[in-house]
Amino acid sequence: MLHGYLPAILTGLQTTLAVAAVSLAIACGFGLAGALAKLSENVVARGVADTYTTLIRGLPDLVLMLLVFYGGQIALNALIDRMGWDYIEVSPFAAGTATLGFIFGAYLTETFRGAILAVPRGQIEAAYAFGLRRIDVVRRIMVPQMVLHALPGFTNNWLVMVKATALVSIIGLDDMVHRASLASAATNLPFTFYAAIAAIYLAITTVSLLALKLLERRFSLGVRRSEL
Amino acid sequence: MIDWALVARTLPEYWVGLRVSLLLLFVSCATAFLVSIPLAMARVSRHAWLSWPVWAFTYVVRGTPLLVQLFMVYFGLAQFEVVRESAAWPMLRSAWFCAWLTFAINSTAYTTEIFAGALKNTPNGELEAARSLGLSATQVYRRILWPGALRRALPQYGNEVVMMMHATAIASTVTLVELTRVARDVYYNYLAPVEAFGVVATFYFALTYAMVGAFKLVEKRYLRHLAPRETGPAAGRPT
Repeated sequence: MLHGYLPAILTGLQTTLAVAAVSLAIACGFGLAGALAKLSENVVARGVADTYTTLIRGLPDLVLMLLVFYGGQIALNALIDRMGWDYIEVSPFAAGTATLGFIFGAYLTETFRGAILAVPRGQIEAAYAFGLRRIDVVRRIMVPQMVLHALPGFTNNWLVMVKATALVSIIGLDDMVHRASLASAATNLPFTFYAAIAAIYLAITTVSLLALKLLERRFSLGVRRSEL
Repeated sequence: MIDWALVARTLPEYWVGLRVSLLLLFVSCATAFLVSIPLAMARVSRHAWLSWPVWAFTYVVRGTPLLVQLFMVYFGLAQFEVVRESAAWPMLRSAWFCAWLTFAINSTAYTTEIFAGALKNTPNGELEAARSLGLSATQVYRRILWPGALRRALPQYGNEVVMMMHATAIASTVTLVELTRVARDVYYNYLAPVEAFGVVATFYFALTYAMVGAFKLVEKRYLRHLAPRETGPAAGRPT
């Protein structure tokens, strides 16, 4: 199938999925921290979080990625020179996942912020009244209840992010897009290969949307819907 | 740390790139807007043979990366002999035409969904009132549905245009010398990442918030009826 290039494309798919998964984990970290900072009473934390989301949403993903990949290398070199360490090279994988995670962390900040606000205030107050520590309030009371509210926005960001991983091919990652371009150069069938990977991206989208449906059903077990 | 002389020397190139970026954005969004109007009407139609193909189109386009779509058009079309021998081939070979075509198709998919959603959100009472007054289907669309739907769609549509502006950076991969390509060329010529990508980031940042501000003004003008009142409900009560 695909003139024998299917295994090569599927290896590229592994890279694409790995980039997406690692970026998502990083983005969740940034997103949760950003949301908590935005809702905190600390002025500095709020200022940092506001600057973060404003800045990220004002720039194209590709430009940020190029800035982090090339600029990060220079900054790292300067740091290494000063510290007298050995040369470290920024791998495209690290730069790609760090940038994507950083970018989508800003979008998730907004998603998570809204979801946290949707958790009834009394729940949090009750938890504190029971003497739970701050971290336990977040982990055991807030997160389980905000998941349902965060799911649609979360899935949407995930879908946008999976598509954004196509950009890592530009900074030299051997992902699905890169594999497809190699295969089309070798066979002179660019349309076939790009259409094939487009179909794979579409399959990822479809599976994600189905998973969202299942998760929504799982997390709204305790929610009573008004029947019209 | 920043080589300002280099920034000053390369600045004219960015202006040229900015013009290309904005022109690409404008022609793509204008095309998408015009095509989305009939497509959104088909999308909300009761007839499955009208709504289903539009749904399939937006689902496929929205489910695949823009970069891959651009490569399919720019590199992919040459694969077919029919295309290579057609009269349109000189046009289809140009990066400009391919970028416009791809971006217009991509934006059409998103804009159609935004418009269709806004049409569906029309309060039923407006529709009933219009029909009871004996307005024809065309009149209902022209006088009742679209004026309200386009207003409701405004915040999301503004978002889509800003997203498209960011997406034009992807055109730098097909030899089109827009803002990001200028920055990448400056980087390759001088190996100065901060001067190259930092400057272009400033351009995009200013552009984003200028556009956000412009859309806020338009919203203020057309969504005035939804703005919070200055006085509360009890303000008129005698004290």
